[in-house]
Amino acid sequence: MNWVAIRMLTGDRVKFIGLVFGIAFSTLLITQQLTLFVNLVMRGGVAVQEVATADIWVMDPASRTVDVIFPMPITALDRVRAVPGVAFASPMLRSNASIRTPDGDLEGVTVIGVDDSALIGLPRKMFEGVPERLMDPDAVFIDDTGARKLFGDTAGVVGTQLELNDQRALVKGIVDSTPTFTAQVTLYTRYSNALNYVPGTRNRLSFVLVRSDGRIPPETLVQRIEQQTGLKARTSVDFTRDGIDFIMDNTGIPINFGITVVLGVIVGVAIVGLTLSLFLRDNIKQFGALKAIGVTNRKIKGMVAAQSFLVTLIGYGLGLVMATAFIGFGAANSDAFKGFYVPWEIPLITLGLVLAIVGLTSRIAMRSVLNTEPAEVFR
Amino acid sequence: MNGTAISVRKVSKDFAVGDSTIRVLHDISVDVQAGELTYLVGESGSGKTTLISIIAGILYPTVGDVSVFDTPIYGLSDNDLVRFRLANIGFIFQQYNLLPTLTAAENAAIPLIAGGMQRAEAVERARVLLEKLNISDQSDKYPRQLSGGQQQRVAIARALVHEPRLIVCDEPTAALDAKSGRRVMDLLREVALAAERAVIIVTHDNRIFDLADRILAMEDGRITRDGRDTSILQHQEAQ
Repeated sequence: MNWVAIRMLTGDRVKFIGLVFGIAFSTLLITQQLTLFVNLVMRGGVAVQEVATADIWVMDPASRTVDVIFPMPITALDRVRAVPGVAFASPMLRSNASIRTPDGDLEGVTVIGVDDSALIGLPRKMFEGVPERLMDPDAVFIDDTGARKLFGDTAGVVGTQLELNDQRALVKGIVDSTPTFTAQVTLYTRYSNALNYVPGTRNRLSFVLVRSDGRIPPETLVQRIEQQTGLKARTSVDFTRDGIDFIMDNTGIPINFGITVVLGVIVGVAIVGLTLSLFLRDNIKQFGALKAIGVTNRKIKGMVAAQSFLVTLIGYGLGLVMATAFIGFGAANSDAFKGFYVPWEIPLITLGLVLAIVGLTSRIAMRSVLNTEPAEVFR
Repeated sequence: MNGTAISVRKVSKDFAVGDSTIRVLHDISVDVQAGELTYLVGESGSGKTTLISIIAGILYPTVGDVSVFDTPIYGLSDNDLVRFRLANIGFIFQQYNLLPTLTAAENAAIPLIAGGMQRAEAVERARVLLEKLNISDQSDKYPRQLSGGQQQRVAIARALVHEPRLIVCDEPTAALDAKSGRRVMDLLREVALAAERAVIIVTHDNRIFDLADRILAMEDGRITRDGRDTSILQHQEAQ
């Protein structure tokens, strides 16, 4: 009887399209909002993920994320280097500064000082230029998003002279990096240069980037560093997680996106529920006739399930395509969405929610059909 | 194989209305023979629709028993009763109740499909029946494209396609003009009536009374006349 159910459904085009679009819109809303949420909060960990060469980040015990830093004295670097199992330890400075933009305004930037010789701390990919150019006097690299933000385009940016905290800085390359949560322009320079660019304070070492010598796992080395130095050490994975958790705990993002997702579910329940109810009620006489003829309630349930399955399949597919296209288009054309993607878990979560919406609404709507007495057809 | 097709024994039916109950059928006992075209007539509210619903196995009586071809249908479980209806009873409704999104042939094939037959085979068998009912050229049309008489023929095909032993019809000519109604009834008699099959028709339409083998007249929930003799025809016509 399932084909009869499908023909009943598709024959009523207005309600069929209403159901499909109700589910598609819910899917779009839920998938898009969950994707934006996940990608946004993941930006809290991007700065750590970009540094592929470090297994462990060592910091002052008061530091919490790459943006919430309590500087350490430079002696911390030597203390970390002295811990057995450390293959190398490199200094990193993260600090805020100001540059004068080409049109004369001031723009806040993040200055990152990386290891002078090994350049550990640079993002893994270059957009333009080669890492070695950072060895040049007054050399800085700018992130590609920041270059577009400051100059409108990346073309011709290399070679530009900047006024960084009233000092000369020459752009010698552009790194290809995902913007951080604050989306500030980021300038990379050597650690020794960075000390000159940022205002002088007593302690100007933000992190020590560590690589294990491979003889002990990073988790063990973390414990060893903490025990021997009294500093805080986190594996890259854990420190990435810390950045994400900080955003989750200290911003309204989870609540706001959560509300939108709940709204998506409510809209879905409302549209799908009402349309499905109307559709079933409009066909109640036909269902009654089928029951009189000898179609069991079980088969009627199967028919409604087949109808629900079809609209779910089409609506969910359509919504998912729209959401993926939206995210894909955004990621390809806007720096605000750079690096955004749809994690595989999100379509599954959305499918679960959509199935719950359709399951709940069809269950409620079906009651009127199941409660219809076959004898009604004679009245 | 003329014999007793339907045996109704001491059937009463109550309906709850608010806090009280109303008895709409009073202790009815009647037999219907196979090979007979039986009319159930009476004024609105006389109980004829309730009685036919009980006979067709779609409304439980408050008390009493109904046997259809020797099967006490209200002794069956709910699922068995549904299966019994599907195998043994054909329905023709006043408003046809065709599915608007299925073609005439697909509508007529529904009982076969509900019984588990493959769609293509079921539709093919329905087409054969539609040809017998002289509307084979309408097989692929949708109900909205058919006249009332044509829709009723499709409904007849749907009632007969699975070769049930009992056909129950509710006002089959009510929505048709006199000529179409007469034609449908002639056809129903010709196609549906067989020695091993009973046909019961609820009707108000005295234009077709002459086609009945037997007329049961109902009044206030009781069968007041059993018109094996033709006198009932005059009585009903006079009313």
